Amino acid sequence: MTATQESQQYAHLIAPGHSACMGCGELLAARLVLQAVGPNVIIVQATGCMEVTTTKYPESAWEVPWIHSLFDNVGSVGAGIEMALRAMGKEGSAKVIVQGGDGALADIGFGPLSGMWERGHDVMTVCYDNEAYMNTGVQRSGLTPFAARTSTSPPGKQSVGNWLPKKDLVAIALGHGLPYVATSSPAYPRDLMRKAKKAAETKGPSYLQLHIPCPLGWGFAVSDTISIGKLAVQVGLYPIVEYENGELVSWMRVPSRRPTVEEYLSKQVRFRHLSGDKAKDEVARIQAIADANIARFKLDQPPPRTPKPTAE
Amino acid sequence: MPAGRILEGSAAVAHAVRLCRPHVVAAYPITPQTHIVENIAQMWADGQIGCEFTNVESEFAAASVVLGASAAGARAYTASSSQGILLMTEVLYNISGLRLPVMLTCVNRSISAPLNIWNDQQDSISVRDSGWIQFYAEDPQEALDLHIVAFKIAEDHRVLLPAMVCIDGFLLTHCYEPVEIPEQQAVDKFLPARQPLHPLDPQKPVTLGAYADPSYYMEHRYIVNSAMVSSAGVIAEVFSGFTATFGRTLHPFVEQYRMEGARQALVAMGSIASVAKDAVDERRERGEPVGLVRIVTFRPFVADQVAAALAGVERVAVLEKAISVGAPAPLVTEVRSALYGRSDAVVSGFVIGLGGRDVTTASIHRVLERLQGPPGDNLFVDLDPELIGDLAPALEREWQTA
Repeated sequence: MTATQESQQYAHLIAPGHSACMGCGELLAARLVLQAVGPNVIIVQATGCMEVTTTKYPESAWEVPWIHSLFDNVGSVGAGIEMALRAMGKEGSAKVIVQGGDGALADIGFGPLSGMWERGHDVMTVCYDNEAYMNTGVQRSGLTPFAARTSTSPPGKQSVGNWLPKKDLVAIALGHGLPYVATSSPAYPRDLMRKAKKAAETKGPSYLQLHIPCPLGWGFAVSDTISIGKLAVQVGLYPIVEYENGELVSWMRVPSRRPTVEEYLSKQVRFRHLSGDKAKDEVARIQAIADANIARFKLDQPPPRTPKPTAE
Repeated sequence: MPAGRILEGSAAVAHAVRLCRPHVVAAYPITPQTHIVENIAQMWADGQIGCEFTNVESEFAAASVVLGASAAGARAYTASSSQGILLMTEVLYNISGLRLPVMLTCVNRSISAPLNIWNDQQDSISVRDSGWIQFYAEDPQEALDLHIVAFKIAEDHRVLLPAMVCIDGFLLTHCYEPVEIPEQQAVDKFLPARQPLHPLDPQKPVTLGAYADPSYYMEHRYIVNSAMVSSAGVIAEVFSGFTATFGRTLHPFVEQYRMEGARQALVAMGSIASVAKDAVDERRERGEPVGLVRIVTFRPFVADQVAAALAGVERVAVLEKAISVGAPAPLVTEVRSALYGRSDAVVSGFVIGLGGRDVTTASIHRVLERLQGPPGDNLFVDLDPELIGDLAPALEREWQTA
């Protein structure tokens, strides 16, 4: 089997016919996760776009066991399933994957997620971080980046848009002592699939945070999902990193002549209010965030090992 | 013969849980429930219970853990009280909607504010619409027995609904009484391993918890309600099976106490029935035709059984440890509804024992005296007029007899 065939053999596990938007980065990423991990999984899905676009009764796009309970409890539901498998002598028969958006995991379901991580359940967590509550119509979440327009953080005379920084859920995951923590993006499918496989193979809790471009929520053409996703990484606003046992083992290098954050911001309606002179300070602050990321993770230096050393 | 031992109510419940062989137990402390999960934790530490046991970070998580475990096909158990039940509420509805036969002990306690750790039944009454079967125990022995039948009823494929055994906090959980603990073998025979209908399993993938638009939602709710209504038949069957197997009478829906020829009846749930029975005895000794109808099964509410038990009664006093602020209290509303068109009985609603206020036989006698007056609702028993200040005159009017 060629590498391509191998990567495609589980492409059907999320069947076509779901109702996600054209250009949806989230369904693309979820399909890549399952392609990498295969059919021996139990998916625990938080309420959100992925849930409503794939399981409108009586249809389901999922060809793997899948459960949706609530918006705010995937961590605990996943923990319960993992315990049940052990108690029933079915340990190892399925990898439990809990997944949801940034709202479900960083905000409303954060407590259960933290509890599940702290207790060390053998559960993989995937956060599809599209940086706002998209299913309810683009409201601010804890992972919405600084200055982004959402319907609950609109720019105006007194506001630059989201006036708060993005919560560092990756650092929080590391703070729980998780053996495997990584970020990736569907703009880099091979990187995403490698990490999904690794997260699934990790014994104990693992965390994968995926940056998910959302054409509708961010305001860009549906054909630009991949290019926007790449730009976020290339400018340094979304560091693609990988930690094993708390140690930074790989990162995706930014190009030596990396684009400015303006190039990324200018392509999205959510940042349009930052164009022109009046928002110079905000743009400078966003550039400083990108620069700080690059310094923190050495994103301008070659990583020790990674199959794709430079974001292209 | 099963072993009879002096046990704390909480320990009796823990033994019941152990005998039911759950796969997964999720524990979170809250007074007065805590002794139950502490007992189970010790049994687990000592290798006496072969479950997966976990300490979670909240009651919300506890309910969600048992939800997940049950969806995977396991027998799952948790326990809580008061604020914990309220924090679980979102999950409780979800568990029943998913048709998962989870078992929970609700150790009844009041709801804040003001903060109060003592007994009433506002917690479980507040989740009466959540789709959980609810049983109320009168004493530790019945609490133990009800757990065994509750698992069996919940897991029955004709039911597939979660079940809650409600036991009065402190009054039952912290009281020591002789309790017969059934033999493991007998419980295993009565309650075999769960046969899950659609467990999460990669060999046979299912989608659980799909979303239903307006074309499907109502039918789903109809089916859930219909499962609850028809669970009454399974309850009758399992309770009588229990009595036959273990030799102890379990009253499936209501217990009638000295109701023969009764003209006045008390209606109550839980441990208050013991006090009420003493008061009934005293009245009967004086030749007064007074009896008690104790509701064991509050959900499903089997109106026929309640109406039959109250047939021929002229005045009914419903004693309730919960209120519905701004309306008649929940149990009296349902008792009245059960009697509507079938009886001319005058039904009054008494609120009693909130937040651990002692209920004595004298309290019950005051109720029976007030029952001779005009009918009323939200008649608070044993209020201190001085503490309610300007409202005291209204209280006096409410208690005036005709």
